[in-house]
Amino acid sequence: MLVAFSAVSALALITAFIFRAGLPIMMKVGLGDFIFSNEWRPTDASPSFGIFPMIMGSLAVTAGAMVIGVSLGLACAIVLTQFCHPRAVSVLKPAIELLAGIPSVVFGFIGVVILVPLIRQYLGGWGLSVLAASLVLGIMMLPTVTSITVDALQAVPRSYGDGSIALGATKWQTTHMVLLKAAGSGIMAAVILGMGRAIGETMAVIMVIGNWLDVPHSILDPARTLTSNIALEMGYSAGEHRQALFATGVVLFVIIMAVNTAALAFSRHHLRKAGMR
Amino acid sequence: MRPIAVHTQRIATTVLWTLAGLTIGVLLFIIGFVLVRGLPHITLEFLTAAPRSMGREGGVFPIIVGTICVAGLAILIAGPVGVLTAIYLTEYTRPSRLTAVIRFGADCLAGIPSIIFGLFGFVFFVIRLGMGPSILAGALTLSLMVLPTIIRTSEEAIRAVPLSYRDVSYGLGSTRWQMVMRVVIRSALPGIGTGIILSLGRSISETAAVMLTAGSALNLPRSAYDSVRTLALHFYILSREGISMEKAYATAAVLVLSILGINLLAYWIMRRFIARVT
Amino acid sequence: MDKTSPAPIGPPGQIDDPRPTQPPKISVRGFSASFDGQSVLRNVDLDIYPAQRLAIIGPAGSGKTVLLRSLNRLNDLEPTFSKMGEIVLDGQDIYDQRQDVPSLRRRVGMVYAVPVPLPWSIYDNLVYGLKLAGIRGRRRLNEAVESSLRSVVLWDEVKDRLKEPAMNLSGGQQQRLCLARVLALEPEVLLLDEPCSGLDPISTAKIEEALAELKSKYAIVLVTNNTKQAARASDRTAFFLMGELIECNTTSQIFTSPRHNRTSAYITGHFG
Repeated sequence: MLVAFSAVSALALITAFIFRAGLPIMMKVGLGDFIFSNEWRPTDASPSFGIFPMIMGSLAVTAGAMVIGVSLGLACAIVLTQFCHPRAVSVLKPAIELLAGIPSVVFGFIGVVILVPLIRQYLGGWGLSVLAASLVLGIMMLPTVTSITVDALQAVPRSYGDGSIALGATKWQTTHMVLLKAAGSGIMAAVILGMGRAIGETMAVIMVIGNWLDVPHSILDPARTLTSNIALEMGYSAGEHRQALFATGVVLFVIIMAVNTAALAFSRHHLRKAGMR
Repeated sequence: MRPIAVHTQRIATTVLWTLAGLTIGVLLFIIGFVLVRGLPHITLEFLTAAPRSMGREGGVFPIIVGTICVAGLAILIAGPVGVLTAIYLTEYTRPSRLTAVIRFGADCLAGIPSIIFGLFGFVFFVIRLGMGPSILAGALTLSLMVLPTIIRTSEEAIRAVPLSYRDVSYGLGSTRWQMVMRVVIRSALPGIGTGIILSLGRSISETAAVMLTAGSALNLPRSAYDSVRTLALHFYILSREGISMEKAYATAAVLVLSILGINLLAYWIMRRFIARVT
Repeated sequence: MDKTSPAPIGPPGQIDDPRPTQPPKISVRGFSASFDGQSVLRNVDLDIYPAQRLAIIGPAGSGKTVLLRSLNRLNDLEPTFSKMGEIVLDGQDIYDQRQDVPSLRRRVGMVYAVPVPLPWSIYDNLVYGLKLAGIRGRRRLNEAVESSLRSVVLWDEVKDRLKEPAMNLSGGQQQRLCLARVLALEPEVLLLDEPCSGLDPISTAKIEEALAELKSKYAIVLVTNNTKQAARASDRTAFFLMGELIECNTTSQIFTSPRHNRTSAYITGHFG
């Protein structure tokens, strides 16, 4: 009985401690300044704490990652559920799920040694950029999007697709007119969960994004995300600086909770619609 | 008959297959790249010796030990707690507001990024409970991180056990606890095992949370309160600080191989499970 | 639905009246049951005698299975279940607070409509109940396995493959295994919930044969949707309709001269 509340109490503890460690400095600096100021000089004699560039960095990277991860993830899911020989599925699905198991540092590393030089050589700029981070994160969120979408598509009653085929639709017409619509909220949940992964990813991003302290203006600009800000500076921070990093965590936490609640709402809706709960 | 529709179908199929192929290609490339660059540098000495001069020379033995300690302890903590929670949710309660709260907690916990777990582990275990950067603090942090996965997979495995088994077991005179342990858990074991093994993989590959809670000491740990460095973190430090690309590749290869092994093991167990159920 | 006369218990019989000479093994007295406030059994009075087979017939939703599952308290697993009245086994109300439910279920064994072998070997299925009861000796377990398999005429078919998965058996064999699994516990009462509903005629005949053999040792309650089976394989028959016991009598009486026209309408196939 007590054990059952482990997850809930862990969540409560985490929330309490992160907020307690981060809120004071947010109040001191002022919520508006903390979020909308461009100045992050935590170690100056009169330090300033503004995380606007990091918020923009996170948003830019996440948006880019979604474009890649969602399109590839959806494509994989559709191919797996609709156009694939069962034997091929039994090889492809675990292969894609294997991607989820590869440590994020390895993704980041591959990004640094292969992607970054390619971008520098062919697209210009420094190489370490929003684009590189988006590509790496897009690949990383792909398994999440794929496997949840596959589940959502498989939950669509067979009769829907059969009915459509029987009316003379091609397989593709059936897929995009009937199945994707029926699985819509499930796919939405997959996309949002993938988004949560992208916002929250830390190590891979640190390695390829350049960690520059300006708001990025193009996808070839370097940037810094909320997560990388925390991981980079935690090691040597103290006092108000450390508090400010926890405050960064608070902002990240709030964003993630909003995203996840949306995903949960969508997947509940989906389950109810599919008559599964 | 309907040339446009057929044409669209052909284009769509081609595009979809290309994208899916691309994905598989990327996966194979990543694994292949790391193995090709790293395997030649993996020697017996690399696996059994201690690192010298920050890891530029020598091996990764204490780091392997540290990884096993942190990830193993995390699973030892999260495994029983997660499985018991799943049992409680499925066998001892009916769907109610209470179970909805527990499930919501687990779902939310699952979505929290590892860096937040790291921050929490740092203020709570490392500072507040005075553990310092240590195996224990790292393992506790990781156990919280993988807990939702274990709860979720165990719950699904338990729910997959046919309801009729429960009736049969009660009919033969079992108590609820006997029924749960001898029938339900026994039948759900492969599913539960898969979840636990995947969580082990996640613990091994986690970097951010471990960096903030287990430290980065290069010595062999002597107690649970010693700081250790895990493979993933060692790899990060080697490559990021440009200490030794050769050793970095070798470490990455060890890491990827162990993750591959763990995933294949989980997949194999799952296959056997499915084969037995049908 | 009103009752025109109280359900006759142990009525004056004919020459072949298998009227019991012993007191009833189980007495159901004024028993009513409901789920979530929905009444499913109303004021049932019924005696179940040792060394007899009682068939319970009636259309779907008449409360047959609910009554059966009340006899070993399996309905307790349903939290919305509530009941009134009592069920007395050997002079003890089984719904008494002090009743140890697992041991009650060992005394009152149950076989379900669909054979449910647990996903283990034949041997493990058979000894599961004994192990639950804390019986460990290998010798003792082996004896129980052999004798229970012999009494359902399955021993010769499976004696060389006791370690094989029970799932590999045919449907009819699985159901006989489930019966043997209950018999291994040496129960006093045997409850069977449409045990032949999924079986072919030959397997059904084998089960009925086994029941005829077993009747000397147990009080048997057989719920069935098949009136012909009730006629073939029981000594007494009780007819239920919409949660009420309409009539209980010797099987030959019920099938030759039922007292209620609803009974005769049901057994002649006019409804149900």
